[in-house]
Amino acid sequence: MSGTRPDPSKLYHREVPATWWLKKKSYFFFMLRELSSVFIAIFLLVYLYQIYQLTQGPEAYVAFSRRLSSPGWILFNLIALLFALYHSITWFQSSAIVLPLRVGERELPRNLFVALNVVALVVISLIILVLFLTLKG
Amino acid sequence: MAEPTITLNITRYRPGQDRAPTTQSYAVPYKEDWVVLDALNHIKDQIDGTLSYRWSCRMGVCGSCGMMVNGTPKLTCAAFLRDYYPGEIRVEPLVNFPIIRDLVIDMSDFLDKLKSVKPWIIRKEEKPVSQGEYLQSPAQLEAFHQFTQCINCMLCYAACPVYGLEPKFLGPAAIALGYRYNMDSRDQGQEQRAVIGNHDGIWDCTFVGECSVVCPKDVDPAAAIQRSKVDTTKTWFQSILMPWGQR
Amino acid sequence: MTGEKTTEPLWWGLFSAGGVVAAFLVPIQIIIFGFALPLGWISDSGMLYRNWLVKIYLFVLIALPLYHWAHRFYFALNDMKLGLPRKPLAALCYGGAVVVTVVTLWVLSSL
Repeated sequence: MSGTRPDPSKLYHREVPATWWLKKKSYFFFMLRELSSVFIAIFLLVYLYQIYQLTQGPEAYVAFSRRLSSPGWILFNLIALLFALYHSITWFQSSAIVLPLRVGERELPRNLFVALNVVALVVISLIILVLFLTLKG
Repeated sequence: MAEPTITLNITRYRPGQDRAPTTQSYAVPYKEDWVVLDALNHIKDQIDGTLSYRWSCRMGVCGSCGMMVNGTPKLTCAAFLRDYYPGEIRVEPLVNFPIIRDLVIDMSDFLDKLKSVKPWIIRKEEKPVSQGEYLQSPAQLEAFHQFTQCINCMLCYAACPVYGLEPKFLGPAAIALGYRYNMDSRDQGQEQRAVIGNHDGIWDCTFVGECSVVCPKDVDPAAAIQRSKVDTTKTWFQSILMPWGQR
Repeated sequence: MTGEKTTEPLWWGLFSAGGVVAAFLVPIQIIIFGFALPLGWISDSGMLYRNWLVKIYLFVLIALPLYHWAHRFYFALNDMKLGLPRKPLAALCYGGAVVVTVVTLWVLSSL
């Protein structure tokens, strides 16, 4: 075995089509996960703009909030919320693989890890909601 | 009463003769306990001796018989006909590799990449035999054991879209192999496996995760890659924020 | 562990931090500011934004997930084989996140 390589001129190279991620369910959901970051970013930019309105006076802030009640914005925020939750779930699933939690000798089962993170998400969300409602004035 | 048959649609490519691969259909006896490899061997023995493909142990430990079965990278010795019957089975060479002939792919790039991670114990100073064995506790073995199970079947490279888009990507098996040695308590060669932390090492990976899904030995290369990212990032931040510790 | 000089760990670190922040803090933010407030379920005078602790929270909430987006979107665009030039694309994405960071600092400090 001298390690000879095949004749490169006779090899056939199959090109990966740009639509590769549309051809398999797992690839499609992967791309959806990546694009969830776009909706999160847009939501935060709109929110930043809303905060900026406050520097123009409290009426500007309230007026902008009212603009967000249009059907178009409500639809966007609904889609953004779905994508944000999809990001959260897939992030917890990824974290279970990246940072295995050791309890004594054994590794925590991945489903349990995800469930614990979901509970943490709910608890943290409730804490933020309660803090906001009591302190907002 | 005719014996039931199942149809296999198989990629054919003759180097130097064909301009592009074609598909040839074969009707093979359908047997409940046959795998795709049995069907290929039947074709080769009884129908068409010109069909070329790799295989060896036929029991899932040698890593030779990896092919695309209905679009999914599989060991053909582990893909049962009964899971596809009565539908037809499409058998193609592993994607993301150049085709040499029929179902045989060129694995030179894969072999080069395996070598590039220096998959052997590297010591700063070799321990002479007279000093005895390296001692390793069960917990130390546990830290890297699953990553030793790789049979080099390349299914993970066929499943990885990044490898398909960027041929320079080091790839799941090679990185998992490098990680196996970095995590081995006997090894002191992490700095020599710098190729893992290069741009076409772990950083090309976008954690699609398909490599771990198709792995027939549960190596979980995706975990090895992401954990390497965490370790590399920690070391990087430490070297920036606390440079004195690095001497 | 790195052979060639690369700043990838920096961007990946920011991407990860942003991912954690987005995973835990963005859903409730959308529920409050995308639905509850616009639809009039609650009211908000904006007083809370003057608090410096709230400003720090908002800075983390807005800036870090933008780095998460920059890293993920840059790689996704490359994966989609759109043929876009790499270096300008990287500058737009990571640079965009930096710009948003600066703008966020400026907006929050002018409240």
